[in-house]
Amino acid sequence: MSEIALEARHLYKVFGKNPGQAVRRLQDGQSRSDVLDAGTAAVIDASFTVERGEIFVVMGLSGSGKSTLIRMLNGLLPPTAGEVIIHGSDVSAATPRELREIRRRSVSMVFQHFALLPHRTVIDNAAYALEIQGVAKAERLERARAILDKVGLAEWADSRPDELSGGMRQRVGLARALTAGTDIMLMDEAFSALDPLIRREMQEQLVELQQELGRTIIFITHDLNEAMFLGDRIAVMRDGRIVQLGTPEEILTDPANDYVAQFVQDVDRTRVLTARTVMEPPHLTTPVSAGVRGALRVLREQQARAVFATEGRRLVGVVTDRAVIRAVKAGQTDLRAIVDQSVLTVGPDELLTDIVESAVESPVPLAVVDETRRLIGVIPRVTLLATLGNVEPSTRELPVVSTPLDMVAEFTPLVDAAANAAPAAGAGADGGPTTTTEEGAL
Amino acid sequence: MDIAQWFADGARIPLGAWIKDLIDFLTTYGGWFFDFVAATFLAVYDASTWLFTTPPTWAVILVIAALSFWAKGWKLAVGAALGLVLIDLVAQWDNAMLTLALTVVAVLIATTISVPLGIWAARSQTVSNIVRPVLDFLQTMPAFVYLLPAIFLFSVGPVPGIVATIMFALAPGVRLTELGIRGVDKEVVEAGHAFGATPGRILRQIQLPLAMPSIMAGINQVIMLSLSMSVIASMVGAPGLGRPIVQALSSVNIPLGFEAGTAVVVIAMILDRITGGFGTRDRSRRRTSFSKTSEPDAAPAAA
Ligand SMILES: Nc1ncnc2c1ncn2[C@@H]1O[C@H](COP(=O)(O)OP(=O)(O)OP(=O)(O)O)[C@@H](O)[C@H]1O
Ligand SMILES: [Mg+2]
Repeated sequence: MSEIALEARHLYKVFGKNPGQAVRRLQDGQSRSDVLDAGTAAVIDASFTVERGEIFVVMGLSGSGKSTLIRMLNGLLPPTAGEVIIHGSDVSAATPRELREIRRRSVSMVFQHFALLPHRTVIDNAAYALEIQGVAKAERLERARAILDKVGLAEWADSRPDELSGGMRQRVGLARALTAGTDIMLMDEAFSALDPLIRREMQEQLVELQQELGRTIIFITHDLNEAMFLGDRIAVMRDGRIVQLGTPEEILTDPANDYVAQFVQDVDRTRVLTARTVMEPPHLTTPVSAGVRGALRVLREQQARAVFATEGRRLVGVVTDRAVIRAVKAGQTDLRAIVDQSVLTVGPDELLTDIVESAVESPVPLAVVDETRRLIGVIPRVTLLATLGNVEPSTRELPVVSTPLDMVAEFTPLVDAAANAAPAAGAGADGGPTTTTEEGAL
Repeated sequence: MDIAQWFADGARIPLGAWIKDLIDFLTTYGGWFFDFVAATFLAVYDASTWLFTTPPTWAVILVIAALSFWAKGWKLAVGAALGLVLIDLVAQWDNAMLTLALTVVAVLIATTISVPLGIWAARSQTVSNIVRPVLDFLQTMPAFVYLLPAIFLFSVGPVPGIVATIMFALAPGVRLTELGIRGVDKEVVEAGHAFGATPGRILRQIQLPLAMPSIMAGINQVIMLSLSMSVIASMVGAPGLGRPIVQALSSVNIPLGFEAGTAVVVIAMILDRITGGFGTRDRSRRRTSFSKTSEPDAAPAAA
């Protein structure tokens, strides 16, 4: 299934007096600033593969070498060293003629400032690539019209680019690249010149089109939010090097180094992270079968105000400390009777954006359940706040509960005794202390 | 000792003598070439002269008025017709037509040299580096100075006039063409490359159309410089309005000088407005009907 559309192998690009020497010195382990006397190393040892149908995002600050990298992919810039392989042919070794052929057949491009031909109508711009490919006029206009329709510009076909707004112009740029019919599309900061609202709209449209047409897209941006939204995988560049390559979630939750960590600091995490990525194992659970007494014990051990009641790992509802105490006093043993079933739940793939509101209002941690209502995790408010507030992810791993837990363990026998004393003796038939904390992990 | 002597003599280098030697050399060994050039130019000039002097006055006025109308509108057409009538009324019609004929030839040749040269300079930094100082030289050298070598190489008559005119008028054509093409949005040119267009197609479909306003401004400059130079060229025997002006100068004939001068101004204004009109009208026309004319290989409409 995963067919490779494009592969970059140890790409280097050095501008300046002595590029070859600079590359050798970089290969010998010298740094970018060490070789400054020989030239500016814009891209250093970049290797990656892009799979068919994937949106591969290259992200980095200004000057990190993104444009240089993408221009080597379709041969607009020849690499100083290394290779670019597109569908098995080596772009870097191609003659000008072969290069033109590769560009016509396999790679098209969308530009930051649209780069439309100002003296041509929208439809002629959209059909430009086909014109170069030598497609007959009637056919290319028809194909261009179909794509213009898709990007919502059908009625502007006979206008000139300067009569359109920025967003519309970039749609023409997009249409031109889509009409070309190439499998791979390169997009260099394609949405950076647009204002935020239009930009968001374009991003959504791009994802839609990509799903519909299945193109391979290599997208350049300096905006992490954009990268996270669009990317199936993201390569983070710094000073010419790819410092991390991974899925958006990997990059967010496990930044390879301080640079990436700092970079991802400002990202709007709620747009990227799903409930699954931030949820924690559900410690606060008790099986319905453990009865009121079991619930009471968990509440004491965990020093909590409420606990999730489960049955065969499925969520039944929430039991509050108040209800438990009342039940204990009344001599009730059936937990099911006091469970509040109207508890808020979220799906594992819901974005944090969508769950923040419910989480903040809920007195208990949010329950994350799958389609069969199985409790697979919980999101305590503090976790959510930490994520939004961008507290170091490692904090989450700290065993904050272990110390109190140990302490509580000492008192457990006493608590058990107290609990046993109150209800009728029959309740003990439940079968001793039930595992509580591991319940969710079963 | 020689050097000391040379300093004692005032440290003069005989630059002028060297140039003269060079020209002597050229006439001796390149004579056939200059004869060929002279013959070609003369033939073209004769054709052009025939074109302007054979038809009756009213016919020429009508054609120029029509051209003005096409380029810009009825106001220019009326203005041009009135101006031409004025020239006829001050008895400078024949001279004016000869000047026009010479100017047209010089402009045609200067354009066919300068536009391709400008394109070449825009694409190659080396060419640009070589061409630039040569153009500086050509443009700043006082116009009269061209006349001397032109006489030596082509003897007197219209040909040295044409040659001197071309030399003098070449520079802005090259410069503005190069500037225009270099000024084309780099991303748009890159787009052409990115979609696999050949360099020739990029030149025809992207660079030339987008550089056209600048190129037209260059051609306009070439025309104006040619006109002024063609008057000066009368000093070496080129026919036209320059003759009465030179004559008026030597005999302090104010009325004659003024009449001929007015004729030059009228022609200059007509030419300037017509070419200027073509420069802007060209774009506005494409604005409305480009989609109908955008055949893949249709060269951009040049003036
Ligand atoms: N033609 C060139 N000649 C010399 N240096 C260059 C050239 N092009 C790029 N550079 C240098 O290479 C480095 C990377 O540039 P590049 O344009 O690839 O960065 P970028 O990541 O695209 O930045 P931006 O976000 O500003 O577009 C920069 O230091 C730049 O100065
Ligand atoms: Mg860039």
